[in-house]
Amino acid sequence: MKNDNKGYMQQLLQEIQAETMEVSLMEVCGTHTMAIARSGIRGLVPSNLKLLSGPGCPVCVTAQGDIDAVIELVRDSGITLLTFGDMMRVPGTESSLQEERSKGADIRVVYSPLDALAAAKSLPDREVVFLGIGFETTAPAVGITVEEAMENGIHNFSLFSLHKLVPPALELIFSDPDINVDGLICPGHVAAVTGVEPYRLLAEKYSKPCVVTGFEAVDILEGVVMLLRQLHQDKATVEIQYRRVVKKEGNLVAQATLEKVFQATEARWRGLGSIPGTGLELRRAYEKMDARKKFGVREIEDVPIKGCACGEVLTGKITPHDCALFGKGCTPLRPIGPCMVSQEGACAAYYRYTPLRD
Amino acid sequence: MCLGVPGKVVQIMEHGSARVDVDGNQTDISIKLTPEVELGQFVLIHAGFAMEIIDQQVAEETMYLLKELLQYEE
Repeated sequence: MKNDNKGYMQQLLQEIQAETMEVSLMEVCGTHTMAIARSGIRGLVPSNLKLLSGPGCPVCVTAQGDIDAVIELVRDSGITLLTFGDMMRVPGTESSLQEERSKGADIRVVYSPLDALAAAKSLPDREVVFLGIGFETTAPAVGITVEEAMENGIHNFSLFSLHKLVPPALELIFSDPDINVDGLICPGHVAAVTGVEPYRLLAEKYSKPCVVTGFEAVDILEGVVMLLRQLHQDKATVEIQYRRVVKKEGNLVAQATLEKVFQATEARWRGLGSIPGTGLELRRAYEKMDARKKFGVREIEDVPIKGCACGEVLTGKITPHDCALFGKGCTPLRPIGPCMVSQEGACAAYYRYTPLRD
Repeated sequence: MCLGVPGKVVQIMEHGSARVDVDGNQTDISIKLTPEVELGQFVLIHAGFAMEIIDQQVAEETMYLLKELLQYEE
């Protein structure tokens, strides 16, 4: 923490600690999950104020059947698969990408989708598939990559899209009577792309305040205070705490890229099931680069993992500590569910910072 | 996953790319999502793309936060 923020943080914390209302606030961003855990904020707020982790980690919400389908694809010896590092250890029904690589599948970790395009250029005799994962923050970068592949006639490149959209999934959270959320700590970098309009619509439709929040401890405290003030004033609108980066209108170039390259489709979310309009698939003009269509990838049903409560964790119905497997059989070294795989998963963050006490 | 890494644009190159300085290391990124970016400006980089133009103070704060989060890995 920077020294010049200390006084202001104390002031914010005092306001939060004086809160007497029963309130549940949900963050929907893996970086928020980590930042809240790391800073110890959860332990500083009064017990009547609950800070829940929502479906904000793209790795954690990946359906098991989708991983199984990717695994089936990479067992084809002609395929080279590239993806972000977090995806390697996500458990499918019987295996993970990491396990498949150890058995000989050609799977490589990249930092940028452009690295996958470069690989396709350098491996003209192989089919190079980029496994795209991420929300609105990441999808425009992948969209530009697909456009570049198209423009340069790189026909051995294709995209296996597991991209998802945040705001429509939040509708499900707000409309589920079993999920009690009074306000949303909205993801800063997703909103940097989308702008605040989708959150304004959500706030008004469900009468829940939304605050687009940054990632430092002081940002999160300020975001919480802004939400509490709205609740006290009976307001339900969208505000931007993270003004340093987020513009009201978002990144218009990124939005235009998303619109041009992708269309919304049904997507499966771990813990939430299939939700229409929450996934992104390539539009018809780009469908030659859609790996699912190119290789006839079949849909594989999700088989529930015995005892794993990632679904309940991702919707804020329980905390990681309430899962019977937490810390016993499911650990970051040997994860059973995806919330323990990604460092941004709620379970991994709890494991590191708020372990179970005997 | 959506965290951005701050970098300073030190060279604008062909085909919508730029060279950036990230905490002393230079790397090439795409600026196709922020085509208006100018030499010397700071950007937030995500998955090899500049996703937003930011000011120097935000760049410094973000790098500070990032280093704190990286300690988590150690």
